[in-house]
Amino acid sequence: MNFSKTLAGKLLLTSELPLTKPTIDYLIRTDQLKQLPSITTKYGRYQCNRCGNKNKQLFANIPCARCNHTHLYCRNCVQTGRVLQCDTLITWNGTVPSWSLQAQPCYWTGTLTPPQQKAAQSITQAISTHQNELLIWAVCGSGKTEMLFPAITKSIKERKRICIATPRADVVRELFPRLQHAFPHTEIEALYADSPDRTDKGQLIISTTHQLIRYHEAFDVMIIDEIDAFPFHHDQTLPYLTDRACKLDATSIYLTATPRPEHKRKIRQRKLPVQFVPIRFHGYPLPIPTLKIEINLRKKLKQGTEPKALQQFLVTRSTSRQLLIFVPTIELLKKVADHYQEVAVHAEDPARKEKVDQFRQKKIKTLVTTTILERGVTFPSVDVVVLDAGHHVFDEAALVQIAGRAGRSPGDPTGDVLFIHQGKTNAMEDAIAQIKMMNKKGKKR
Amino acid sequence: MTYCLKCQDWISQSVTWSTLFLPSQQTSLCDSCNSQLVRINGAICEKCGRQMPSRMICDDCKKWQTNDKYRDVLQFNRPLFPYTPFMQEIITQWKYRGDYQLKEIFTPYIKKEIRNFYPTKSFTIVPIPLTDERHQERAFNQATAIAEVIATHYENSIITALSRKSSHSEKQSKKSRQQRIKTKNPFFLTKSLETDVLLVDDIYTTGMTIHHAAKLLKEAGSPNIYSFTLAR
Ligand SMILES: [Zn+2]
Ligand SMILES: [Zn+2]
Ligand SMILES: [Zn+2]
Repeated sequence: MNFSKTLAGKLLLTSELPLTKPTIDYLIRTDQLKQLPSITTKYGRYQCNRCGNKNKQLFANIPCARCNHTHLYCRNCVQTGRVLQCDTLITWNGTVPSWSLQAQPCYWTGTLTPPQQKAAQSITQAISTHQNELLIWAVCGSGKTEMLFPAITKSIKERKRICIATPRADVVRELFPRLQHAFPHTEIEALYADSPDRTDKGQLIISTTHQLIRYHEAFDVMIIDEIDAFPFHHDQTLPYLTDRACKLDATSIYLTATPRPEHKRKIRQRKLPVQFVPIRFHGYPLPIPTLKIEINLRKKLKQGTEPKALQQFLVTRSTSRQLLIFVPTIELLKKVADHYQEVAVHAEDPARKEKVDQFRQKKIKTLVTTTILERGVTFPSVDVVVLDAGHHVFDEAALVQIAGRAGRSPGDPTGDVLFIHQGKTNAMEDAIAQIKMMNKKGKKR
Repeated sequence: MTYCLKCQDWISQSVTWSTLFLPSQQTSLCDSCNSQLVRINGAICEKCGRQMPSRMICDDCKKWQTNDKYRDVLQFNRPLFPYTPFMQEIITQWKYRGDYQLKEIFTPYIKKEIRNFYPTKSFTIVPIPLTDERHQERAFNQATAIAEVIATHYENSIITALSRKSSHSEKQSKKSRQQRIKTKNPFFLTKSLETDVLLVDDIYTTGMTIHHAAKLLKEAGSPNIYSFTLAR
């Protein structure tokens, strides 16, 4: 039996191997499976070789009934299966899988706009020249999935293995059918917790970043969606996992509408190649936010008094569009929603999905929300208001993303974006500067 | 800086007068998780220790009292926490995910409360066993982990006087109460004790497990059998 498709590029606990004990022993004896220590301790330092955790506080001792010793286990990755020190990790060392040869894998019949085409070309080129990294700085609504199709097509033709990684399971669920449709003869799998579409033999894998914990030097092409949404700062696990899942000569493509400061710095220093997609697929520029100052705004919001700026906006706007009102805190969310008798939604809301669906189906006219709807969700025709835009939760990236909710459809490519604040912040100015820069780049072509 | 055992959020220990001058208290949960960890308080069922609106025997215990075989096998059970969804999450993470360290969440509570629960101090501590298969898979027995905390307080010995038959390894939760009452005793005695016994388990659901275990020990000669569970 040929195990290479299911096991190549994997890094599994012995208990996760879909094989019987005699088969495992045989494959180890014939050097087709390699065993690695699960947790290494050296000079008083620990490392979990499954998740990369080196933080001593996230290891603990367990009096183990399997080996009758007290030893370490990793608490950092316990959610995806506990790693005991007496366990071993298994990698494939046998033949390289050969993916089926396809002359024309792509069945997508749409066309790319010229800016999308330009981005598609630079992605394809980066992969064929084994360039290490490329960042695609594409505005909200630029149609980034379609931009990936030419590079995915070429990679499949060359029998390469591709991963699209994203921090959010929603995105995996949304991308999976679209890619299945575009590449119907390619082995595609979708990985997130409890995914029904895990086949264990995907050539093209769409995965949440956490699920890459079971991969090791697997992919020729690693596409990371929303690279700025990674919790890079205190969690090194995700960058470690995406890195380890890449083959040594792999190309990583980063997609973002709002790069983080460290990526912007590397772009300026020319250490990170970048390709801009400054204009939306429908060709219209991004709506530029209007700033409106309101004296004593925070006090008024706290007391439940309606801010004048909002009142004025509400009476003068045309009511053909829906309205999204962003607020900085859950506390304020309830107050504002009560005042206007509108529906409110936040991250822990059990009815979150239903409410967003209702808004999408236009059963609700106005939705009051925290920053959870700042990215990922697309509504065709909305105006956007940010209340207390000077609050620290609204950083530059958040404000650009929020403004990017407006004007998404070709039928209504504009939309009002209003930031109500009680004092201008750098974040507001930088966000507007970023939007204007993209619009300028978009015009230049 | 330390991490919350449950959610792994940072616990920032703010410097207050008390943290400055008093020996630092070992915090294992962040404020948000800690506030969800409520104790049983007020009136309880005096048999199983479940929180009740007023001092009375709960329906589960009434059924045990009308059952001739089981009426006298257990003195009473004492739990620490009501079995809330939050408690269920912690216990799931602890025993099914195997995050052994989470027992530290309970340790201070056990140490503080155990001495007030029972009229005697001279009992043998007997943890409810797992089947061998499950014990291997989990790598630890959660009841033993709790028993060890109790044992350090009492300086009593833990004796594994019971074993679990492997044919009964099917999940308890899938059966109805009626089925459970009819179920054959899943345990067998590996040692008879002449002392009083404290049975230890993580959860008391209907009392089936504890009553089965108590019955065997009672028949083998233990005069009084008490039990302790984390949750009820
Ligand atoms: Zn780990
Ligand atoms: Zn072990
Ligand atoms: Zn009771």
